[in-house]
Amino acid sequence: MRTISLRRALPLIIVLVFLAVLPLGANGYILGVLTTAFYFAVFAMSWDLLFGYAGEVNFGPTFLIGLGAYGAGMANALLHAPVPLAILIGAIVAVAGGVALAIPALRLSGPYLGLITLVAVLLLQQAIVIFAGVTGGEIGLSVPDVLSIDSGPNYEYALAFMIISGLVLSIIARSSLGMILQAAGQDKIAAAALGFNATRHKIMAFAISALFSGLAGALLVFYLGTASVSAVVDVSIGVRVIIAAVLGGRRTIIGGAIGAIFLIVAGELLRPIGQLSTFVVALIALIVIVILPDGLLGLLPSRRGA
Amino acid sequence: MPQPILVVDRLHKRFGGLIAVKSLDFALHSGEILGLIGPNGSGKSTVMQMIMGVVKPTSGAILLNGSDIAGKPIFEIARAGIGIVFQHSRPLRLQTVLENILLGLLPDRIDRLRPPPGAIDRARAIAAECGLAAVLDRMPATLPFADLRRMELAKAIARDPQVVLIDEPFAGLTRGEVDDFAALITRFRDQGRAVMLVDHNVKSIASLADRVLALYLGEKIAEGAPGAVMRDETVRRVYLGGGIETHERPEADIAARKVLLDVRGISLFYGKAQALDDVSLTIHEGEFVSVVGLNGAGKTSLFNAISGLVPFRGAIAWNGAVRGRESAAAIARAGIVQCPETRELFGAMSVADNLALAGQRLPDQERAERLAWLFGLFPILKARGEQHARTLSGGEQQMLAIARSLMLKPRLLILDEPTLGLAPVILGQLSEALTRLRETTDITVLLGEQNVTFALPHADRVYVLEHARMVWQGSPARFAEEAGAGYL
Ligand SMILES: Nc1ncnc2c1ncn2[C@@H]1O[C@H](COP(=O)(O)OP(=O)(O)OP(=O)(O)O)[C@@H](O)[C@H]1O
Ligand SMILES: [Mg+2]
Repeated sequence: MRTISLRRALPLIIVLVFLAVLPLGANGYILGVLTTAFYFAVFAMSWDLLFGYAGEVNFGPTFLIGLGAYGAGMANALLHAPVPLAILIGAIVAVAGGVALAIPALRLSGPYLGLITLVAVLLLQQAIVIFAGVTGGEIGLSVPDVLSIDSGPNYEYALAFMIISGLVLSIIARSSLGMILQAAGQDKIAAAALGFNATRHKIMAFAISALFSGLAGALLVFYLGTASVSAVVDVSIGVRVIIAAVLGGRRTIIGGAIGAIFLIVAGELLRPIGQLSTFVVALIALIVIVILPDGLLGLLPSRRGA
Repeated sequence: MPQPILVVDRLHKRFGGLIAVKSLDFALHSGEILGLIGPNGSGKSTVMQMIMGVVKPTSGAILLNGSDIAGKPIFEIARAGIGIVFQHSRPLRLQTVLENILLGLLPDRIDRLRPPPGAIDRARAIAAECGLAAVLDRMPATLPFADLRRMELAKAIARDPQVVLIDEPFAGLTRGEVDDFAALITRFRDQGRAVMLVDHNVKSIASLADRVLALYLGEKIAEGAPGAVMRDETVRRVYLGGGIETHERPEADIAARKVLLDVRGISLFYGKAQALDDVSLTIHEGEFVSVVGLNGAGKTSLFNAISGLVPFRGAIAWNGAVRGRESAAAIARAGIVQCPETRELFGAMSVADNLALAGQRLPDQERAERLAWLFGLFPILKARGEQHARTLSGGEQQMLAIARSLMLKPRLLILDEPTLGLAPVILGQLSEALTRLRETTDITVLLGEQNVTFALPHADRVYVLEHARMVWQGSPARFAEEAGAGYL
């Protein structure tokens, strides 16, 4: 239950204020890149709650993201649900998926659970291809509505969503609920011997992570105007989410955001070198992870021993 | 007599073909300490874990205040009023001491973000009661062993349980610490709790417990007043054993031999903390040397340095030559084998495989002979041959760790706290084994112990390590008068 001291939060606040006023000066291209990065940041932060805090090995974050994205997209495209309702439906579908994923997690852990979560992504991917009639299949599903057609508002929506998600996830992670989640994640029997129904808390962890993943997935769809496997379901997207969270610093929540923004922006900056950019970014991420096991946030002296 | 708070009725546990607990009956009253004793593997921890719900009973009833809790989920049992200190500490490694204790005071709710009012103060009070006031903000991994055990006690009483189950609280503690813990456990009783206590420290059990129950092969063999149970014929034979005899050799005999290991003024740091300060130690070929020191004095650090597991400053000469930057593996191949305090068994491998792996470099016949000898020494290991090392009882794991290091046929055997968790009768056997090793082989032994009653009888020479420094060395005979204060 560490409190967030103002002195430590100050640099963060300065960065956020800078990001908030950025549309005044930056062009649409830059705003577009950052908008995607902000949604990615929420993917990574949600994943960190599940892995960094609750200790659940989830190799398939895109299962939850994809459910939210397609749930929202289909609600809008097929049921003509207005955008807010569609987003809500997407979030509900994702939470249902998260709870379903918690069931194997009660019996399995570590790499075995990781395998199950990976299989879940492949199943979702298959389902989307098989039911191409309603899902748009490999081409993707275009949604009739979007959040906004201007890059400025889209950017502000994404930024606000990222800040709120980060705040809520950080509060949960540092709260007594977060502590129980961590206890159940580290040693289920020890936590139960202290009187905690570890099962219920594990399901809760999956549900919270799924909620934010799903919301972010849904919002991303209404930003991009389409839901596609390559954008929100593919295993490689999931891997990038995990790399982002680890790169920024596990068990920090905010590290996920830093890692995600770093990855996406670095990928854009290196775009001129073409195909090689993905490779170079991955290499940089790998080197950082090996050198700094605590991630980029581990560089800050104030976090030592915390 | 008032109604008992806990009644165990025909409790039975079977692990595959092994009956760990056999139709056991007993009762526990509030304000009472019940001591549970018995040889390694007799089912003591299994009984406690069944009461806590960690192990599901095969059959039988466990009545808490009249209602059956047998087979219920752990968290329900915890909330019904039972707390446990596990034989092996289970701290949350990423949380501070205070957070570890505070956790026990949180409600089991998913809609609470803040601890209930007063919880933090209460956690501090419990910490203070258990002697942890000075280490509230430390991480468990940085705590001295005794403080880690104190934290486990604090966690167990956080929920204010009516029944406290304490598995081997005294194992690995120094004499002074044992007294502190005994006072603490007495206080639990005086607060009106029912306490069930398992330990191999027979003296402490005898003086602390109001009643003692002895188990053997999962069955009750005696129950009653501590004195009477300890005098019981069967208890003496299967549990207490014959005690340890002294085997000292003349000093002159040793000094004439070649120096096998020469530690010359080594220092060792963990970050800023100094674990060894200019420590020197010499061991002659065939000599048995004991290093005596309290918890945290630096014994394990010294052994790890000798085994090449941690970097240090200074020089170590082995067999006449100063060692360079050999890897730990090379050092082990040269004949230095450490039986670590932490045991480091392969948990998912069977007992037999753990031993086979250690013996793979021996010729077939020698391996078979060694194995037969080790099974003679620790018969239970033979009986548990196919069991995963992870599921062995605490003492059985210790026996396996010792057997495995002997299987490696060391020239220098480093035994770090080998008596941890062993029943008295096994201590006697281990003692005899060491004597036989000394008489029939040219093995050299370095023994780290705080259990002086075990360390002295097996030593040709004794070193005393205090606060990272070697403060004394001499013969066991001189130890008592010159350095024994605080240890004897
Ligand atoms: N999961 C398991 N599978 C198979 N056998 C087991 C399992 N758990 C315990 N046993 C066996 O049951 C017996 C009783 O174990 P228990 O841990 O209760 O002994 P103990 O009396 O506490 O011994 P110690 O004094 O060494 O701690 C042991 O022989 C152990 O090997
Ligand atoms: Mg035990």
